[in-house]
Amino acid sequence: MAMAALRREGRRFVPLISPQPISAVQSSVISQEQAPQGVRSISTQVVRNRMKSVKNIQKITKAMKMVAASKLRAIQIKAENSRGVWQPFTALLGDNPSVDVKKNVIITVSSDKGLCGGINSTSVKISKALQKLTSGPEKQSTYVVLGEKAKAQFIRDSKDNIELCITELQRNPLNYTQVSVLADDILKNVEYDALRIVFNKFHSVVSFPPTVATVLSPETVERESESGGNLGVLDSYEIEGGETKGEILQNLAEFQFSCVMFNAVLENACSEQGARMSAMDSSSRNAGEMLDRLTLTYNRTRQASITTELIEIISGASALKG
Amino acid sequence: MFRRATSLLARPIISSARARTRPFSTDLPATEAGDSNFIENWKKLIPNIDPPKTPLSFMQPRPPTPSSIPTKLTVNFVLPYASELASKEVDMIIIPATTGHMGVLPGHVATIAELKPGVMSVHEGNDTTKYFVSSGFAFIHANSFADVIAVEAVPLDHIDQSLVQKGLAEFTQKLSSASTDLEKAEAQIGVDVHSALNAALTG
Repeated sequence: MAMAALRREGRRFVPLISPQPISAVQSSVISQEQAPQGVRSISTQVVRNRMKSVKNIQKITKAMKMVAASKLRAIQIKAENSRGVWQPFTALLGDNPSVDVKKNVIITVSSDKGLCGGINSTSVKISKALQKLTSGPEKQSTYVVLGEKAKAQFIRDSKDNIELCITELQRNPLNYTQVSVLADDILKNVEYDALRIVFNKFHSVVSFPPTVATVLSPETVERESESGGNLGVLDSYEIEGGETKGEILQNLAEFQFSCVMFNAVLENACSEQGARMSAMDSSSRNAGEMLDRLTLTYNRTRQASITTELIEIISGASALKG
Repeated sequence: MFRRATSLLARPIISSARARTRPFSTDLPATEAGDSNFIENWKKLIPNIDPPKTPLSFMQPRPPTPSSIPTKLTVNFVLPYASELASKEVDMIIIPATTGHMGVLPGHVATIAELKPGVMSVHEGNDTTKYFVSSGFAFIHANSFADVIAVEAVPLDHIDQSLVQKGLAEFTQKLSSASTDLEKAEAQIGVDVHSALNAALTG
């Protein structure tokens, strides 16, 4: 009789299987129910453990969201202040993303830490697409990777195209000196006609579109200005200081690169914190929903085991009487 | 989110269609065409992903060169960590170019000047603000817009005279004892900056 009741209980649990990932819990609960041993409170233990771990995860993700929010506040000020620094260069030289050059170097800015949503994958996707766009006969594009996450993704299929990998950028708070040393390093080690920096520009906490900023080498600038077109007006500018125009253009290109890199790195850091905030927020919400479902399961399990006990007692008593 | 991104991208391109008659790069006409060129190429080759934004869509376009000389010079003085002056209308600025101090008035010819460490002064009516700038660049456009980009700038009253003297002595000593070219160059830069600071404070 107890066995029949057991089997009835087992069948009652079947419709509780929801298509959510807690089905693993449900099936383990069921298998324990159908075991012939004592069944009264063991099953609730499993659900209770699960609930405890989900609640802990919810606390952790909530805390991570707060931390990301405070970091975002700090770095957003820096990023907004640095936005003025690349505008004069674009005002002078214009923006030529469709320039046709032989050696393209694609610099992908990404984060070192994970749990920040999809921004690193977006940057890598755009970089790979840019590489496809700018490659062709006699043209080559190579990568310079900043950040662990993009490095991990690139190493899988474009290992030969990676020139330089730089990680742990944010160990010390970002400042211009550090970025200019980094830019110097890149320029020394890499041959380029055009540098394309791919990063996520910070618009708001929920919007960080990928952006590509193009910096041309001094030779390319000369060539484009001579051939007319966008940079044709550059010739009308008088050059003060320095021996030759080439020297000034060289300094200009290097300065432009370091300024644009500085802004790119800051904006990407902001986007990373914003993405982490929204990822942790949705994770906490998800954990909350999971907790609700588990609570219902727990209550049902508990009530079912109480009912089982009652049935056993009553059937035992009625067997004795009758 | 992608719909908003494409509408954001559409706006500057449409405005540029009206601006196509302007001839100067400060007005960014052909660069808008370059932008749309890029987008077209992108869409042809990679139709599934939205094209990335480019810096042009985040900038205010500059006005064209007016036919008569404007009365005021519009100055943008930017540092990597702050925008000191953003589109401020002034009468004149004096910048420390490598060829010497240069005065810039409205209607100045378009120039690209490399800066050396020195004093930059901004004249507005009867007020003059002086900053000590480290090196950088200054772009003067034909439409009386001046962009000065420096790595560091401090108002003159924030500089400590005694520290300057100490620094100058230290770097002169380093210069005389430098062995490699790199050390010599570094020491020379230190000496240059400190002597410019000294001159700025005394002069």
